[in-house]
Amino acid sequence: MSEQPEVLSGWGRTAPTAGRVRRNAGPDAVADLLRGAGPRGLIARGLGRSYGDAAQNAGGVVLDPLPAVIDEPAADGSVRVSAGTSLHDLMRFLLPRGRFVPVTPGTRYVTVGGAIGCDVHGKSHHVTGSFGDQVVSLDLVLPDGTARTVGPDRDPELYWATVGGMGLTGVIVSAVLRTIPVETGYLDVTTQRLSDLDAVLAEMAGSDDDFTYSVAWIDTEARGGALGRSVLSRGEHATREQLSGPAAVQPLAVPAPPRLAVPFAPPFGLVTRSTVRVFNEAWFRKAPRFREGEIQSISAFFHPLDGVAHWNRLYGPHGFLQYQFVVPEDRADVVRRILEQVSGDRHTTFLAVLKRFGPGGSGWLSFPSAGWTLAVDAPAGPGLIGLLDRLDEQVAAAGGRIYLAKDARVRPELMTTMYPRLPEFRELRERLDPDRRLQSDLSRRLDL
Amino acid sequence: MINALGQPQTVLLLGGTSDIALALARAWARHGSPEVVLAARPGERRDRAVAELGQLGLAVEAVDFEATDTAGHPALIESIAATRDIDVAVVAFGVLGDEERSWQDHDTAVHLAEVNYVAPVSVGVCLSQVMRRQGHGVIVALSSVAGERVRRSNFAYGASKAGMDGFFLGLGEALRGSGARVLVVRPGFVHTKMTEGRDAASLSVTAEQVADAVTTAVAKGDDLIWVPKAMRGVMSGLRHVPRPLFRKLPI
Ligand SMILES: Cc1cc2nc3c(=O)[nH]c(=O)nc-3n(C[C@H](O)[C@H](O)[C@H](O)COP(=O)(O)OP(=O)(O)OC[C@H]3O[C@@H](n4cnc5c(N)ncnc54)[C@H](O)[C@@H]3O)c2cc1C
Ligand SMILES: NC(=O)c1ccc[n+]([C@@H]2O[C@H](COP(=O)([O-])OP(=O)(O)OC[C@H]3O[C@@H](n4cnc5c(N)ncnc54)[C@H](OP(=O)(O)O)[C@@H]3O)[C@@H](O)[C@H]2O)c1
Repeated sequence: MSEQPEVLSGWGRTAPTAGRVRRNAGPDAVADLLRGAGPRGLIARGLGRSYGDAAQNAGGVVLDPLPAVIDEPAADGSVRVSAGTSLHDLMRFLLPRGRFVPVTPGTRYVTVGGAIGCDVHGKSHHVTGSFGDQVVSLDLVLPDGTARTVGPDRDPELYWATVGGMGLTGVIVSAVLRTIPVETGYLDVTTQRLSDLDAVLAEMAGSDDDFTYSVAWIDTEARGGALGRSVLSRGEHATREQLSGPAAVQPLAVPAPPRLAVPFAPPFGLVTRSTVRVFNEAWFRKAPRFREGEIQSISAFFHPLDGVAHWNRLYGPHGFLQYQFVVPEDRADVVRRILEQVSGDRHTTFLAVLKRFGPGGSGWLSFPSAGWTLAVDAPAGPGLIGLLDRLDEQVAAAGGRIYLAKDARVRPELMTTMYPRLPEFRELRERLDPDRRLQSDLSRRLDL
Repeated sequence: MINALGQPQTVLLLGGTSDIALALARAWARHGSPEVVLAARPGERRDRAVAELGQLGLAVEAVDFEATDTAGHPALIESIAATRDIDVAVVAFGVLGDEERSWQDHDTAVHLAEVNYVAPVSVGVCLSQVMRRQGHGVIVALSSVAGERVRRSNFAYGASKAGMDGFFLGLGEALRGSGARVLVVRPGFVHTKMTEGRDAASLSVTAEQVADAVTTAVAKGDDLIWVPKAMRGVMSGLRHVPRPLFRKLPI
């Protein structure tokens, strides 16, 4: 058992702290690890793809992913997997069997435990809901070491506290997930260039429901009348008839591991105002005004960044943040105002993605709720404090919230406004975990 | 916890009445509301400091701290850490004293060495134990350019600062990989009560300027800074001046 402290941080590479990482533990070891967790508790970590401090535990124990195990799918297509299984492995297992996961985030390198812990969403949210809506049941080890099987139909209170519960209700050891049938590992993609924010909002509100997958990338360099100019990309799983050439020969191609890697963090960030401007401009220009019927691979469509391992290092030694918020559908004015502030900010540089969520789910601390969600990336630095604090105020006042999987800096005072069920969540923890055997830097920082 | 933008939730000020320490608390309070523990000798100055930070809306707790009582430091720091994480601890206490007395008067010389060197070592050891256990935390050590190349005009003070500077730089190295960090701060002349009535040296700064530089350095994870920045170049020049010439410089 590794008892040496190890310095960990999230994908943003900010706020590193040291915990004792427990590797290669099997599911049977979890109960004892929890009972012996000590005063600073334990937190389960997936692949560390949350941006902030959700999967680290300063001075405590950090449980690395349990070994990947995937059972043969049942007749109804549901599949039992261990919580440590990555969506990358799961997709590679499912695709040759003609099946796929109904919800995938922008990277395949997340574990099932992490996807449930953050109740992640994908480009399909307006149709499928979030990851928690795809779970039939899950096996959870509670802080006192007892095992429970929970699901939407079985102990729903504990289930919906666990979905989006940031690993703080128990350690998930396995789950049964719904899958969907697909004919191919490709997507039929429709791409549109839209000249400003109103145009993209109208297009999404008007016709998102015609597509299973939809997301817009926003050029944050555009100002004034061009504010919010975007490339909207939408798609459906391609059928076999739609494929030609090499794709037709192997329609159920599986996504490959990354081909390129950033070997180390350069001493200064390469994602700077000027490089982002060039990238944004090029991306917008290369997009067609309108194109349909383009065939893209699963990686290209869902996980374009997964082609380069450790791309987060490009932001340099101080790391970066992602600020993601959601506001109700009738508060597009907030999206506009925030875009204005972000585009006008001189210190920093941003990459931005916009999506329209469908109705929110039942997870107590789940992020998605009906409306607009915008995610912007920016290099970390104290210059962001004032700006992001102001954005939080606007989001909270509009009845919106920020996403805990991405957060690394929100003011704790705003949490109960953004997450009205947080008091209930705290009471549940008080009951389930009076000794705080489950703790993370996030739970300490925001008093979850 | 310190968040990704370097904003701490709890701050321990050792030498809680120091002008620089209080400017730091105010700087962190500008965009947050950290809980502040003022460890200082009881008295009117401490009461005023508690009241001032309280008015900024901060939760403030005063605890008695005497630098020379090194035997009492472990229990004191453990008791502070028992109910909270110490996100940032600022080692701010220090004495400047009369330059000539500090090498000619035995008591004065020993006292200065105790407050400026022995006591920082004492709290440094206690803080590093706490922060290793926490797996995170930053120790901010207020050193001085006076310690970088010790000069005749204030060598007793300079030597004590050289000692504490070396200790905290080394402590930072020793703590690598533990999650805890050390930031050594080398200010030049700062306008505070310590230097009141003295002629300002060139490149002098205010306590607020020191505080801004420190909050930025904590956010960036730096381990050594000069305030103002230009001091770094000046000192690296001075460091290599031959002794006979150095002796003649008007510093
Ligand atoms: C490039 C990129 C794109 C992304 N795109 C999206 C997106 O489109 N939509 C979206 O929603 N998110 C997105 N994310 C965020 C990411 O999907 C989530 O943060 C996800 O939770 C990461 O999974 P992980 O396995 O790395 O978990 P970690 O980040 O390691 O952990 C996340 C949380 O899950 C908990 N957890 C992990 N395993 C368990 C377990 N076994 N039992 C209980 N709790 C557990 C942890 O304690 C922690 O609180 C993206 C991230 C990146 C880097
Ligand atoms: N000012 C400068 O030009 C300058 C330059 C470089 C470095 N520094 C260093 O920066 C630090 C802060 O200095 P400052 O400018 O803020 O000066 P300051 O306001 O005089 O602060 C020093 C503090 O040290 C405390 N102190 C002295 N002896 C003590 C003892 N025995 N026990 C407990 N506390 C004691 C004093 O507390 P009481 O209220 O109890 O007296 C005083 O508040 C010092 O280490 C100093 O050496 C200062």
